Amino acid sequence: MNVAATLSEARPNVAASEAGPASKPVIVAYGFWIFLLSDIVMFATLFAGYAVLARATDGGPSGVQLFSQASVAIETVCLLASSYTCGLMSLAVKSRRRIGTYFGGLVTFALGLSFLALELREFADMIARAAGPQRSAFLSAFFTLVGCHGLHVTAGLVWLVLMMVQVAVRGFHPTVQRRLACFSLFWHALDIVWVWLFTVVYLMGVRA
Amino acid sequence: MNLLGKLSWDAIPLDQPIIMGATAFMVLVIATVLSFVTYKGYWGPLWRDWITSVDHKRIGVMYILLALVMLLRGFSDAIMMRAQQALAAGGAQGYLPPEHFDQIFSAHGTIMIFFMAMPFVIGVMNFVVPLQLGVRDVAFPTLNSVSFWLTASGALLINISLAVGEFAKTGWVAYPPLSELQFSPGVGVDYYLWSLQISGIGTLLSGINFVTTILKLRAPGMGYMRMPVFCWTALATSLLIVAAFPVLTATFAMLLLDRYLGFHFFTVDGGGNAMMYVNLFWVWGHPEVYILVLPAFGIYSEVVATFSGKPLFGYRSMVAATMAICVLSFLVWLHHFFTMGASADVNGFFGVMTMIIAVPTGVKVFNWLFTMYGGRVRFTVPMLWSIGFMITFVVGGMTGVLMAVPPADFQVHNSLFLVAHFHNTIIGGVVFGLMAGYNYWFPKVFGFRLDERWGKASFWCWFIGFYLAFMPLYAVGLMGMTRRLQHYDNPAWQPWLMVAALGSVVIMAGIACQVIQLFVSVRDRRQLRDATGNPWMGRTLEWFTPSPPPAWNFTILPSVGGFDRRMQAGGTQDYKAIEMPNNSPIGFITAFFAVITGFALIWHIWWMVGLGLLGALLALLAFAFRRREEVEVSAVEIARFGHAHPAEAAL
Repeated sequence: MNVAATLSEARPNVAASEAGPASKPVIVAYGFWIFLLSDIVMFATLFAGYAVLARATDGGPSGVQLFSQASVAIETVCLLASSYTCGLMSLAVKSRRRIGTYFGGLVTFALGLSFLALELREFADMIARAAGPQRSAFLSAFFTLVGCHGLHVTAGLVWLVLMMVQVAVRGFHPTVQRRLACFSLFWHALDIVWVWLFTVVYLMGVRA
Repeated sequence: MNLLGKLSWDAIPLDQPIIMGATAFMVLVIATVLSFVTYKGYWGPLWRDWITSVDHKRIGVMYILLALVMLLRGFSDAIMMRAQQALAAGGAQGYLPPEHFDQIFSAHGTIMIFFMAMPFVIGVMNFVVPLQLGVRDVAFPTLNSVSFWLTASGALLINISLAVGEFAKTGWVAYPPLSELQFSPGVGVDYYLWSLQISGIGTLLSGINFVTTILKLRAPGMGYMRMPVFCWTALATSLLIVAAFPVLTATFAMLLLDRYLGFHFFTVDGGGNAMMYVNLFWVWGHPEVYILVLPAFGIYSEVVATFSGKPLFGYRSMVAATMAICVLSFLVWLHHFFTMGASADVNGFFGVMTMIIAVPTGVKVFNWLFTMYGGRVRFTVPMLWSIGFMITFVVGGMTGVLMAVPPADFQVHNSLFLVAHFHNTIIGGVVFGLMAGYNYWFPKVFGFRLDERWGKASFWCWFIGFYLAFMPLYAVGLMGMTRRLQHYDNPAWQPWLMVAALGSVVIMAGIACQVIQLFVSVRDRRQLRDATGNPWMGRTLEWFTPSPPPAWNFTILPSVGGFDRRMQAGGTQDYKAIEMPNNSPIGFITAFFAVITGFALIWHIWWMVGLGLLGALLALLAFAFRRREEVEVSAVEIARFGHAHPAEAAL
């Protein structure tokens, strides 16, 4: 509504599609949205692979024997909570409050790191029980799908640290603000992927 | 622990005279070019004006240059295969041993699709789209440079495989289980996978860049239904890239995990499923066909309208057909393997969808024909390519619809009939279109036209050579000859294959004419100069700026007032300073480390993998902390340019 209002104020009787080039923050965020869509297509492919191979256990262990729902529930809480704190950080950025930004970033980082630690513990556990990715096609697909999400979280944590350094060095420069906006889009998208992952892999996987 | 992984002197096939000869030739050409650049002292300008440039026009030119060089490489493979099959009948073995022949057909397909057709299409999009939209550059100019250099890295890696090691012997689709470690233990498949992963990232970034550019960066007044059809097709192609290339990346990642870490996605043991690869590959692969051909359709639309002296017939239906193809292209992938053993219902569905997708394509053909109807048609070189396309592509389309019927497809699956069909659509559709676009926009790029006589000679050689080379393949395909045969014992096929070999020689003459055309045109550039900026009387915005356009494209940003842009675009007459993105070496540096990392991964040189990744990371960090992102071109300079080029006054 706001966008439409400003547009018609600036150029009366001009359709939105004829208003000329968009502003830089809009272009950057839009491009990042398109990137996220492509990333989600990649996850969709890994999901499809997992769905095809979910029963191909080759006589090895299946999800029912391997998944611990308690641990995954804590992981989920960590990740969803980190999305909330990431949102708080975005609000602090918007009102240009450094302390709030650092604090939001720190809590987001800690929650993301806990998620990652729990996931790695789960992986190590499975490998120790001779249920590594080389055991069966099902486990190959499982480790690839979940591991790819984990890699994304890792990349997000590195990115978050870099952004905090940039805030410290350059303050709320427009470039830094645009990058922070992209980061928060990225972090929320990882949540959406995880919700699907939790449902398809962990909830449907223990239904036998 | 070997410091060089699997790499040793044995990797260089010194006992193969053909390969070593080709390598020596390649080294010679590179050495000649490098010494020429050094002799002329061009390194500085080369670095400043090209390698680090983020100007979409220069990046487009570099893409097309890469594509033309790769066309020569891919064509050498093609003519070698035609010669082999013309010779190796009955007991004869020809001159290529099986393991070399296998590498050649794999390299031919891979290079022609990924490193000839793709860079050519993206290069033309790069040059034309921002000009047609009336803006100064793409949405992310620096990212654009990264895209190009990653594509070039992939091309470099694949060409290194000629001299060091081997290329895949699996065909350009690399189906498992053949492409698994168990059956392809060499580095060939790894060369294939890593070079395509690296260039695939570049392509994906291009797709994102162009979707954003077209949807968010258009001149004032340039509404969606006022965009030239080429921009619409570029949009459809970019959307397809964004939706299809991640599938290829994920699929190749699975195969890489199988090969490097012993996973079981597609293996014969451990519960792997090789048909999943085939399905996923074509979920990318069929949209890829349209990624290539849609921009070619866009080029025909521009060329036919311009040289018929009429606005395009059925603009709205053209747009609708383009977007319909964009969606439908994701619903036909299974027709590449009706023989998989899916149920009749599944095959039936994909057969019907394949027939349906021919409908919007037919709409387009009729639109081009009706555009010419009643027009004052000028038979220039781009127009000849367009008319040649209309005839050829319809034949290719009809054989495609024939194969869309699953029971009929069972008869010709994997035969030379199929090979003839897809060359009929890709050469007749994509290559002809790109050649039309090359001749059409060349004067805009360099400010002088290409020579007409050599251009026409080139067209006729290509056109006749194409029919000679591929019509016989339909016949031998129907006679039962399967694709990728190094030798065969049915003497009845040989006469057909000799005609096909002759056809490839005629195409070679066409390529030679194009090389000569370029040389002659550069030599005679003064006579061929175009001072108007609009040599063909085109009506889209790119013709309303000088040739070659300044770095900022439009001295005064145009404002579009109607569908037919001629005489209706206008802007305010005061010159303002323009912010231009800074040159950046980040694309080249990223690509440098990508090549190192890719090569190290192929040969299992793990320390070098770490080094390459670390280098790329540091480069990105340096880039993320850079201060100066843009330079200002002063209003005085803009005004001086504006007064020197009154061509724009027509605006």
